[in-house]
Amino acid sequence: MALVRREIVIARTPEDVWRAIGDPAAISTWFPGIVTAEVNGASRVITTASGLTMPEEIVTNDPVRRVFEYRITAPLIKDHLGSIEVTGAGDDRSMVRYETRCEPDTIALVIGGACGNALHELRRQLESEPVPAAAEEA
Amino acid sequence: MGRKILFITTDQQRYDTLRCNGGTVARTPVADGLAAAGIRYERAVPQSVVCMPSRSTILTGQHPTTHGVWMNGVPLPVDAPSVAALLQRHGYRTALVGKAHFEPYLDPFGRFTENSLARLGAETVEQPWADGSTGPHRGFEHLEFATHGTAAPLHYTMWLWQNNPSAIGMYYPVLDPAYNVNGAGGGATGAPQVHDNPIPREQYHTDWVADRTIGWLNSLAAGDDWFCWMSFPDPHHPWDPPKSELSRVDWRDVPLPAGYPASRAEREAILDAKPRHWRMWYDGTLVSNYEAPKTWVPATLTDDQVREVNARNAVEVELIDEAVGRVLRAIEARGWAGDVDVIFTTDHGELQGDFGLLFKGPYHVDALMRLPLIWRPAPSAAVTPDVVTRPVGLVDLAPTFSAIAGIEPAGWMQGRVLPVSDADAGRRGFDSVLTEWDSDLFGVDVHLRTITRDGWVCTAYRPGYVHDGSEGELYNLTDDPLQQFSRWSDPACAAIRSDLVADLWDSQPPARAEALELQAPV
Repeated sequence: MALVRREIVIARTPEDVWRAIGDPAAISTWFPGIVTAEVNGASRVITTASGLTMPEEIVTNDPVRRVFEYRITAPLIKDHLGSIEVTGAGDDRSMVRYETRCEPDTIALVIGGACGNALHELRRQLESEPVPAAAEEA
Repeated sequence: MGRKILFITTDQQRYDTLRCNGGTVARTPVADGLAAAGIRYERAVPQSVVCMPSRSTILTGQHPTTHGVWMNGVPLPVDAPSVAALLQRHGYRTALVGKAHFEPYLDPFGRFTENSLARLGAETVEQPWADGSTGPHRGFEHLEFATHGTAAPLHYTMWLWQNNPSAIGMYYPVLDPAYNVNGAGGGATGAPQVHDNPIPREQYHTDWVADRTIGWLNSLAAGDDWFCWMSFPDPHHPWDPPKSELSRVDWRDVPLPAGYPASRAEREAILDAKPRHWRMWYDGTLVSNYEAPKTWVPATLTDDQVREVNARNAVEVELIDEAVGRVLRAIEARGWAGDVDVIFTTDHGELQGDFGLLFKGPYHVDALMRLPLIWRPAPSAAVTPDVVTRPVGLVDLAPTFSAIAGIEPAGWMQGRVLPVSDADAGRRGFDSVLTEWDSDLFGVDVHLRTITRDGWVCTAYRPGYVHDGSEGELYNLTDDPLQQFSRWSDPACAAIRSDLVADLWDSQPPARAEALELQAPV
């Protein structure tokens, strides 16, 4: 099983970043290539821009540790665990770590690469929004 | 009305596969004719020996370190500089037909334009450009894509679905069930990536690329100036040309290549004298390039397999030559023949049996680094045919296209307009050319920097998975044209080595400000 890790620093507080990450239905707004995400309890089904449908199982959605974990259960993948963790990086900044553990290894690169790209898009979106008032005052 | 440009690329084609370059297997009268009427380059060198970085160099006129596409799977940003955009802005009609590969193929999320355009049914899409404006994708107002076979959802695949869906499964499956590059063998010898393909010749991707190129050219007005990049996916593996064409070259009659040492002991002794990753790949203990099938061990390669691979490759080269001839006749029929510059080259070479190896990887030798390059200037330009022996690079193509169009090469281009003779090359200082390799595949990283100068090829290694950074290779191209015996550690060559290494590091191009991430294996 291969591990692909991507991380990025975003100039927003962990609370602000977690608002996007912790909402499993919101992934289609910040993950390029995911066009819809339907959530039903611990199940999520995403549809990609290429028309592929991938069922997922939400394993962890912990707002205290700010950790979100999910498994893609589509047949093309033998085993998968996606893990997103948001931690403070000082000065109202956050470190977001997105790990992809996957078999086959090749698919880990493909999914991990897309996750890395998604982190850049998440940063672009969050940093282009006005800083929330509370954080500005702080 | 200015000069028009037909830019022809193949994929992974060796220098010595053309008759005009000394080839003896494939018949290439069209390429030979272009060479006789134009400039033939005997030392054209890519800036990378894999597709995406090399093709990005062609488009941007920059070295990989600068454009940032450091290995296959790293997409060229859509707003990267593009010579096609420059030409389009100056009124040229622009098209790319065939294999692009500026963006990864393995793309289940459908994130990349190259993989989504056929589905969208659009000729191109509007994108940001390097100068802050917007325009057609990478400067091409017309795009129709094809690659090796039918695995990717490109225009050629869609066309086959509509015209002969049963042909979709006739191609060699490029990936195995674990999504690795397939190592399965076929043909008469069981050679890897060799396959009997029953597809009708007229539906094979080579002819499709020529047909679609002719279709686009015929859509233009007589007075249009145009730049057309016709990009054949062959003779890159898999070696699965139409079965109907195999009788052109009987593999049993194909001589073993000069670079394929006759005995196993000799092959292994040559590999043992090179940096470690050569022998480790041969033994199947280290794979550093995704496109080298993980399950195939080069040490198992037989003489007959080398013959059959070379035979199939030659068939593919002949089909390309004939397709080019068809396009040239179509251009003539439009009355443009006197005003069209034709440039023929490839993105990088193929080991094709040299050293007992196939495919490609971090191996900076002629098999991968000496490319066919022919520039047949428009007859109206009245350029005297010649042969250039001094080193030139694919990085020089973008400024050459600009010059043909009468446009000052852009400041972001790092090459120069190709010389038309050795005297011209000497006057303008065409002395050296750089090549680089960086890869990091599942923790196996390899980093090479190479300079070709004064009849030498000198490669210095940076630290990586199996290298400590002290390794290198040094070949005298005159004494050792097959690059079998490195002089890196030869005290008699210490001075030239030191001079070349100093020049190599002094000449490194500026690095892109923000490193680009690997997003897929290929």
